[in-house]
Amino acid sequence: MKLGLVIDLDTCVGCHACVVSCKQWNTSGTLGALTDYDPYGKEPNGVAFNRVRSYEVDEYPNNKTVNMPMSCMHCETAECVTVCPTGASFKREEDGIVLVDQDKCMGCNLCSWACPYGARELDQASGTMKKCTLCVDRIYDMELSEAERQPACVLTCPTRARHFGDFDDPDSNVSVLVRERNGLQSMPELGYNPVNHYLPPRPKPNAPIHDGGQLEPLTDRFKKWLNKVVVR
Amino acid sequence: MHPAVSVILFTVSSGAGFGLILMTIALSLMGWVPGMGPGQTLVAIFTGSVLATIGLLSSTAHLANPKNAWRAFFRFRSSWLSREGIFAVLFYPVILVYMIGLWLARDSGSLPWWGLLSGLVASLLALATVFCTGMIYASLRTIPQWNSALVPANYLLLAISSGTVILTLIAALQGIELTVLSGLSLVLLVIAGLAKLLYYIWIGKPQGPTLNTAMGITRAKIKILESGQSSRSFLNKEFSNQVPAKTVKRMRWMVYLVGFVIPAVLMLVVFQTSLTVLPLLAVLLLLAGLAIERWLFFVEARHVVNVFYGQ
Ligand code: SF4
Ligand code: SF4
Repeated sequence: MKLGLVIDLDTCVGCHACVVSCKQWNTSGTLGALTDYDPYGKEPNGVAFNRVRSYEVDEYPNNKTVNMPMSCMHCETAECVTVCPTGASFKREEDGIVLVDQDKCMGCNLCSWACPYGARELDQASGTMKKCTLCVDRIYDMELSEAERQPACVLTCPTRARHFGDFDDPDSNVSVLVRERNGLQSMPELGYNPVNHYLPPRPKPNAPIHDGGQLEPLTDRFKKWLNKVVVR
Repeated sequence: MHPAVSVILFTVSSGAGFGLILMTIALSLMGWVPGMGPGQTLVAIFTGSVLATIGLLSSTAHLANPKNAWRAFFRFRSSWLSREGIFAVLFYPVILVYMIGLWLARDSGSLPWWGLLSGLVASLLALATVFCTGMIYASLRTIPQWNSALVPANYLLLAISSGTVILTLIAALQGIELTVLSGLSLVLLVIAGLAKLLYYIWIGKPQGPTLNTAMGITRAKIKILESGQSSRSFLNKEFSNQVPAKTVKRMRWMVYLVGFVIPAVLMLVVFQTSLTVLPLLAVLLLLAGLAIERWLFFVEARHVVNVFYGQ
């Protein structure tokens, strides 16, 4: 099995719901707690497994907002595991999930240096490295109904921009999406071969733009508007 | 990259220590320095070991969870950090045997065969340790400015050149003839300086991934609107730094002046006059220069995570 996520850059609205649900689930999960520093102070920050950033792509009048959620890509060539001197970081044989054994980590930060995607963050409170677990403590929990055996971020996404599945199975939902929507990897040139894929924004016509020329007189526009709203 | 003081101290100090040991053993085995017998060699080796130890101890200061540091010896097969640790630890018993050999040979002047052998092995281990330090950085594809053979080459050259300058100082304090040592220091400083120049030229050209390859949007201009954070997170603190380009440029000049040019000139003067106060000045300047060099090594390294923050 090769478990991972597909994230749709076309439908993601950047609402950060996945960020919140990730933190909520995982702070009491296998790698929890996800420590917050200065939570009520001037510079609140803390450990997160999933972050969403928003970008403006292209220039006016063709510009468009694209939101890009990022968490561990569970890379096939996971250099974060290669560089780890203690063996705390490992990639599971059976499903490809990359995890950090909190009992072995010495907090040297080297794996976070080796990760191109900013997926690893050191928890200052425990002195250990923490990262996305692909909700390993959810997806195999037989107490949950089958529909709920998915990562918290996938379940919570209000626009269904996140999909979870097995990339080894050519007919799985994720494989089909990648095939049909030209799913791509982030920074493929680094050769980490990330499992998570992104679906690029669909080509869509721009919203109509007023050319800025002379407008109709206000009275005419008001009459038009009135004709539209008042049903005779 | 965030320049951690403990890592700067570690690489400069242990680099110089291992370089000193490497050069001392090599020179004494070849008998190149007249007047440098087992007793004098012992002093140099001891100084080198102290420097290396200071460095190695300070390197553990940047671990967030040092109680697990002993586990770092278990991934020799894949991790350069693990290899560095293993070589550094193996180095100690071997150098101890060598020092015992030197101690016993103090009067007779002739080193027993096991002393010779342990000297050879210790110098190889010192070499391997410094090489591993360089490879820890050079193996990271995420930091284009480090991912180059120039990095371990620089680490090795800086270690042996600073080691040789320190050896010159030790020899000066013991009243040993300085021509060979100061000449060698001069040559090594010039080579190391040129190699560093090559590195600076090489990192000057833009390289590495961009927001376009990160998002798979190959042609359009992309700029960040929101990072989704209200303050700096671990990623920003660890990977980005706001040192102005002007300061970086000035520091590079400092590296050259303090780290290479003045020490080299001092060595040239020593070469011709054998003035014994100058090596001390050279060592102090060189170590300061190397500390700035190491600081720059981190400051100028741009981790690809910065790309996602539009930097
Ligand atoms: S995204 Fe980073 S932490 Fe996750 S597997 Fe890849 S390199 Fe490792
Ligand atoms: S921080 Fe922990 S998991 Fe990461 S490389 Fe160091 S020991 Fe391994």
